[in-house]
Amino acid sequence: MGYYHGILLLVGIFITLTLSLNLINGFCGQFSLGHAGFWGAGAYASAVYSVFYALPLPAPVNMLIAIAVGFIAAAICGLIIGIPCLRLRGDYLAIATLGFGEIVRISIMNTEMVGGPRGFINIPHLANIWWVFAVAFVIALFMFNLKRSAFGRAIISIREDEIAAENMGVNLFNSKLFSFTIGAGIAGIAGALFAHTQQFLHPSNFNFMWSVIILVMVILGGQGSVTGSIIGAVILTIVPEALRYAGGTVAEWRMTIFPVLLIILMMAKPEGLFGAHEISFRKRSEG
Amino acid sequence: MSQNFIYFLWDCLQYFINGIAQGSLYAMVALGYTMVYGIIRLVNFAHGEFLMIGAMCGFYALRAHLPMPAAILVAMLSSGIIAIAVERLVYRPIRKSGRIPALITAIGTSLFFQYFGQLVFGADPKTIPPFIDEKIYNLGEINVSNVQIAIFCITLFVLLFLFWLTHYTKVGKAMRAVSFNLPAAELMGINTNKIISFTFFLGAALAGLGGMLMGYTMSVEPMMGMNLGTKAFVAAVVGGIGIIPGAALGGFIIGIAENLVAGLYKSSFRDAVSFFILILILLVKPSGILGKNMKEKV
Repeated sequence: MGYYHGILLLVGIFITLTLSLNLINGFCGQFSLGHAGFWGAGAYASAVYSVFYALPLPAPVNMLIAIAVGFIAAAICGLIIGIPCLRLRGDYLAIATLGFGEIVRISIMNTEMVGGPRGFINIPHLANIWWVFAVAFVIALFMFNLKRSAFGRAIISIREDEIAAENMGVNLFNSKLFSFTIGAGIAGIAGALFAHTQQFLHPSNFNFMWSVIILVMVILGGQGSVTGSIIGAVILTIVPEALRYAGGTVAEWRMTIFPVLLIILMMAKPEGLFGAHEISFRKRSEG
Repeated sequence: MSQNFIYFLWDCLQYFINGIAQGSLYAMVALGYTMVYGIIRLVNFAHGEFLMIGAMCGFYALRAHLPMPAAILVAMLSSGIIAIAVERLVYRPIRKSGRIPALITAIGTSLFFQYFGQLVFGADPKTIPPFIDEKIYNLGEINVSNVQIAIFCITLFVLLFLFWLTHYTKVGKAMRAVSFNLPAAELMGINTNKIISFTFFLGAALAGLGGMLMGYTMSVEPMMGMNLGTKAFVAAVVGGIGIIPGAALGGFIIGIAENLVAGLYKSSFRDAVSFFILILILLVKPSGILGKNMKEKV
């Protein structure tokens, strides 16, 4: 029971994370490779709150505050990294965000207060699986509505063509910065949930590899598709675990199968399984 | 001047010299990055893995009692051949789909080789002995080893070789033509696919060489490529990506800065230094120290 429960928990957290990266990468078209850094910043900040500074309030209220702390900490990180880096584009932005993610991880590793390289222990168990999925649901609703709002259409136009978007009166820098900050903040929320369900944090949870995994989830589902993100997160959390049971050779090679699938996906369908479309039970009336 | 301050200066000089030796290795790896980027505008994340494969093959060649020069040759050839195969099988089909799919493919290739390396070579670190017998010279308060001097000289030689290759040979001129404008080069009768393969081979062979020379500071393991590769990429960007002397300059800067920070402040910040420099450079001059600014055209 504990094992399946743990996987289900991770599914919920990764849905939130994938949605948050989809806001930056899929909607706005800014290629970020440091998302695990925001996740980690949120996780550690919220854990610092609930371990050292928790107010004498009931647990759910404290959890809400921890989530807010995670959101604010990660959003501030997003703002700090966004202001200088969003002038860059494409490959440069990817590398700058990669560098930022590593800086966050190394700074955490060198902070004695949060355990440094030993990891952060004794985080109270404030959240459970209902919290995780409730938050994922709220974030998914937020993304759906954002996609149809005027602002959502503005940032999607940036993805399609920056110069044309600017000519249509979209404020490029502000829109990019907004989506980057909010995306980072939502990753911080996922971090807060991660910290308070796992009760243990370690800097290597937030290394470059995890940024890539979140990115792959976004791309598998389709950049700009909310339902795609959810399905991408579900598939890529469950499949590597399921491959453990597939017997000797497959279980041994599962971590090499994963990148091969990614490469094949990029060759066959670079826009992801769903592209920018949503799964809908109604007839498709809008793009 | 107090005695302590003089010792401090000697220390700085020592770290500086260690940094130059380490920077030479970064420069060697960065050269491959910068050539591949210059020619097809692809950040080849798998470059560090080419280095790892080269060093691994060199290690097994040494264990089969081949002499050191032969093992270095084995390392260079094996990483070069892997690079050609990867370019042919993976990067060439993806080249037309745009830059972001290509970047993701490169990350996928890099991850594939990391885990592939763990399964094939084993996850344990392996040591490669220094390529010449190490002798340490004392100059005043500092130590310089002949390995460090040799590495520096080899890097300079490689730089001169690349300069000669790109300016005075037919294939080098073709490489420059492809990097200026790929379709136009194709129209002029250059076999661009061949030139791109050759560039991958050359860059990866240099990475293999760097991997073998690294034996004097670090051991070889399947995950080493990620860290080294990102640092070499940072070096390439700092110097101005696509520019061959820029890669060498960036490599030296990163190597020296890392050693100064690790020596004078905290060695656990060693890996963060290169990224700080990167973000700083991207803020001040995104095209790199030696780069030219390019305007985006409508």
